[in-house]
Amino acid sequence: MRQAYIFDAVRTPRGRGNAKGSLHEVPAIALATQVLQALRDRNGLDTSVVDDVLLGCVSPLGEQGANIARVSALNAGFAETVAGAQIHRFCASGLEACNIAAAKVIAGEAEVAIGGGVESMSRQPMGSDGGAWSIDPDVAFRTYFTPQGIGADVIATLYGFSRKDVDSFAVESQRRAAQAWKEGRFAKSIVPVVHEGITVLARDEHMRPETSLEGLGNLKPAFEGIGVAAFDAVIKQRYPELETINHVHHAGNSSGIVDGAAGVLIATREKGEALGLKPRARFVATASIGSEPSIMLTGPVAVTKKALARAGMSVSDIDLFEINEAFASVVLYYMQQLGLDHAKVNVNGGAIAMGHPLGATGAMILGTVLDELERTGKQTALVTLCVGAGMGTATIIERV
Amino acid sequence: MKNFTHSIDQDGIVTFVFDVPGRTMNTFTESAVADLDELVEIIRDERVKGAVLTSGKSNGFCAGADIGELAENAGIRLTGEALEAALKKSSRMSWALRALETVGKPVVAALEGLAFGGGFELALAAHRRIATKAVKVGLPEVTIGLLPGGGGTQRTPRLAGVRNALDLMLTGAPMPAEQAHAIGLIDEIVEPGKTVEAAKAWIRAGNEGIAPWDRKDHKMPDGPYTDAGMNLFSMINAQVHGKSYGNYPAQRLILRCVYEGFGLPMDAALRVEARLFLACQQTSQARAMLRTNFISKQALAKGAARPADVPPYQVRKVAVLGAGMMGAGIAYVQARAGIETVLIDTSLANAEKGKGYSVGLLDKAVAKGTTTTEQRDAILARIQPTEDYSAIKGSDLVIEAVFEDRKLKADVTKRAEAQLAPTAVFASNTSTLPITELATAAERPENFIGIHFFSPVDRMDLVEIIVGKKTSQETLAKALDYVKLLKKTPIVVNDSRGFYTSRVFETYITEGLEMLLDGIAPAIIDNVGRMTGMPRGPLELADDVAIDLLDRIARQRRLDLGESETARRTDKVLIDMVAAERFGRKNGKGFYDYPQGAPKRLWSGLAEAYPVKVARTTPELIETLKQRLLYRQAIEAARCMDEGVVTAARDADVGATLGWGFAPWTGGPISLIDSVGVREFVTRVEKFQAEYGERFAPPRLLKEMAAEGKTFYPIKAA
Repeated sequence: MRQAYIFDAVRTPRGRGNAKGSLHEVPAIALATQVLQALRDRNGLDTSVVDDVLLGCVSPLGEQGANIARVSALNAGFAETVAGAQIHRFCASGLEACNIAAAKVIAGEAEVAIGGGVESMSRQPMGSDGGAWSIDPDVAFRTYFTPQGIGADVIATLYGFSRKDVDSFAVESQRRAAQAWKEGRFAKSIVPVVHEGITVLARDEHMRPETSLEGLGNLKPAFEGIGVAAFDAVIKQRYPELETINHVHHAGNSSGIVDGAAGVLIATREKGEALGLKPRARFVATASIGSEPSIMLTGPVAVTKKALARAGMSVSDIDLFEINEAFASVVLYYMQQLGLDHAKVNVNGGAIAMGHPLGATGAMILGTVLDELERTGKQTALVTLCVGAGMGTATIIERV
Repeated sequence: MKNFTHSIDQDGIVTFVFDVPGRTMNTFTESAVADLDELVEIIRDERVKGAVLTSGKSNGFCAGADIGELAENAGIRLTGEALEAALKKSSRMSWALRALETVGKPVVAALEGLAFGGGFELALAAHRRIATKAVKVGLPEVTIGLLPGGGGTQRTPRLAGVRNALDLMLTGAPMPAEQAHAIGLIDEIVEPGKTVEAAKAWIRAGNEGIAPWDRKDHKMPDGPYTDAGMNLFSMINAQVHGKSYGNYPAQRLILRCVYEGFGLPMDAALRVEARLFLACQQTSQARAMLRTNFISKQALAKGAARPADVPPYQVRKVAVLGAGMMGAGIAYVQARAGIETVLIDTSLANAEKGKGYSVGLLDKAVAKGTTTTEQRDAILARIQPTEDYSAIKGSDLVIEAVFEDRKLKADVTKRAEAQLAPTAVFASNTSTLPITELATAAERPENFIGIHFFSPVDRMDLVEIIVGKKTSQETLAKALDYVKLLKKTPIVVNDSRGFYTSRVFETYITEGLEMLLDGIAPAIIDNVGRMTGMPRGPLELADDVAIDLLDRIARQRRLDLGESETARRTDKVLIDMVAAERFGRKNGKGFYDYPQGAPKRLWSGLAEAYPVKVARTTPELIETLKQRLLYRQAIEAARCMDEGVVTAARDADVGATLGWGFAPWTGGPISLIDSVGVREFVTRVEKFQAEYGERFAPPRLLKEMAAEGKTFYPIKAA
């Protein structure tokens, strides 16, 4: 069987996703363009060998509309033969784009493909693409639609994670991210964002390394208001075991809203080596899955089991886990259900500290965990994200 | 035209007077709908410049569609060509109204009284609505399981905005004209008697007969995919889903009408509404709710169960024995109904305290402006508090509402009867003691009957009439005449332990206790209870009723039936809770704790007393638990019919929905069995019988009906 290999992975720093954020003045297309250019320039790539560019994007309208992948490739000066497609698997779009790129390579449809993603949440707000799911009455009723923050609170309530548990997790995420930056562990992948030659952002700016348990304790639950007003009563119909919902999540223990982009260069070993590149890791297995949509965020456990089964591996075969920190309870639930030691999970922090640029995150953390495998001399990693409407996506890689 | 008269004035304005012959109130019968076509033809005449729609009835414009006609076709599921044909028929009025709206000449509705349902939809199809302040408008279809199918779901959001339109249609509540004016549903408010004149003036002023949405530049604001619209729709979807538990398809379909019809050209919008209306009418909920909440309830309120050959009984004076909560409440509703009331208790002070209840309610009503001080004083003057039994003399009926104690009841029966004429009725308001047995204390047991009011008497519409072995048909007729005077809805049942309502209601709480003993987590039990459409979960309901009261009732039953304490394991739960002084809400300790100033929480000791074996649900488990809670009650109701305690499905269903709030979407326990299908129901409960015990055994009646393919209510052939 053909195999797909990762030859390079880059990402922009993550800018705060609001009007005060450094990347707010940079159009989304520029973020994607600069990532593609970095992949080209770092690898001396003749872009005409690239068959396809797949970019995740979760709010694909406005400036992110009209197939931002193809338009970014054109804007980056790639050969006009390079196709492009925008991928939407909610929060796992960036990883799904890499998985599809790998699948195309494995299937023989592509020799070289780029997977990645882009999201300027400060410029094209989350949810701005609408969708029938919550708004069409028939669909909303049938799926017990509940916003994911409440799903995260329900996970905490059902699986016994207290406010202190989720806040402590957030403090640790901040600590790990700060240490990773201090030690330059992200240096290999970071591509500063520039504007006419001037560096706009070179470092993740959402982090709050000074975060303390006491400080987080002062934050009000973010989802209690809409929960009490409407949605708690809906999800309790799906989970009548809930007497009440313990609303524990807030901005400090949920993923940050940020801007950013990422790209991963994927090819067959033969083609990559012919281009003078060195393979860094192999795609061992990829998978996506659906789980109960109203609680929404339990997919990572299911998809991890699916991907491991496909690879003929077990949890103990994985050296490092990288699970998107959408909400603290998502990671705590993941570790609880799979019996994982926190020492192997998100060792350099995650989205609670650094932010979650929706369409890009999956590709970002794929690169992050590969850097960490190399830094520590480890072999295997599993990357996964919880996904809107109850899905999960996972990728297992192995260094070569 | 059979239902409209018309005349044309010198300006060429034709006035149509809506006046359905032989009825006190205009309703949209099939015949009235047929008239609309003709009405449009008349307006098309070249001499006609415009039209005014008004009413010939003093009480209002039009009360809506003819429910009897709607109910006939409800709940019948059609497909294919039959469905297409049904759509043509059910959408007829909508298209007739559309023809009126597009007739090309100005049409104005002149409203001098209420305009509800189809009546308001007729007004909405006019180009202008003029009303007096006293007018009320509304689209109450949702309360009988339907949606407005004459364009109401499309025209209201276009006139008043999505939020206002949904509020109007989802509550079904009447709206005063001024409020309707403020949100754009009424265009002009004028003095009473001036609406026709104002309508003609508007036409004479040369206004065009075109609806705003038929103009080329018309746009609806705040669509579902704008920021405002997304927020509105996602919140209201959740709020409706959360409150209705998805049991009421009409609510969901009203939301769909507004969502799917948004921004469409009116013809397309009406097609969407027409299909959804028919889908709604075909649900079992529409059939059940139309029948029980409207047709059956109205028939019973009018005295359908009254023996016909007894002459009407004039009830002018009634004595109430016992001025406790029930007696005081009964005295209040009687006095309000104009009955001279004697309120008797052991001391004058107690009797006056009982009258004080009426004072309190009436003072509140005066403060709210719903009653005048003169009315209050007149009502209070009708209540005579006393300790003297001789005041009973001249009463047409006595209602006894003393403690549930056989000896005491026998004593007051004798004392009261001594004062009564031989034709007067003696009624007991007991909720538990068999009437036949109580009647043995009476000299004239044929005059003895049970009239069981529900608490609080002034708010509960139902009265359960209990016929004892010796009760005469004449006494029954007299009791029903009395209830009719109070404007309450009676059901008639035969004597039995717990009669009908108490007996069946009790099974709901008991099934909840069974689940507790099965190890189902208490939160699951009560959440699932509410999901069935019952107003409360069984455990919280036990707390509200009082656990010690339930225990006392169980003790009495064991005594009467010679049962041992261990005969029913659920009795032990009550005994243990009472021993732990957990009486319920009344002492702040029951299945729940009631912390001051905070919501109730399940008692933390409950898990220790009743270890949880099932802490997580699946959709399948939820469905099973819902069925257990509803079917247990339905089985008991069917047993009541099998034993002849209740003789008509109508009484069983109305009694259940009004008496203890039995899941209104089902139309009552017997309607529920019909909706499931008797045969399927028997199959399901026999499975439960095997799994959970004899309490689920279907009675002979159900098995026979299943074998013969019978239903409780007749089914019209499709």
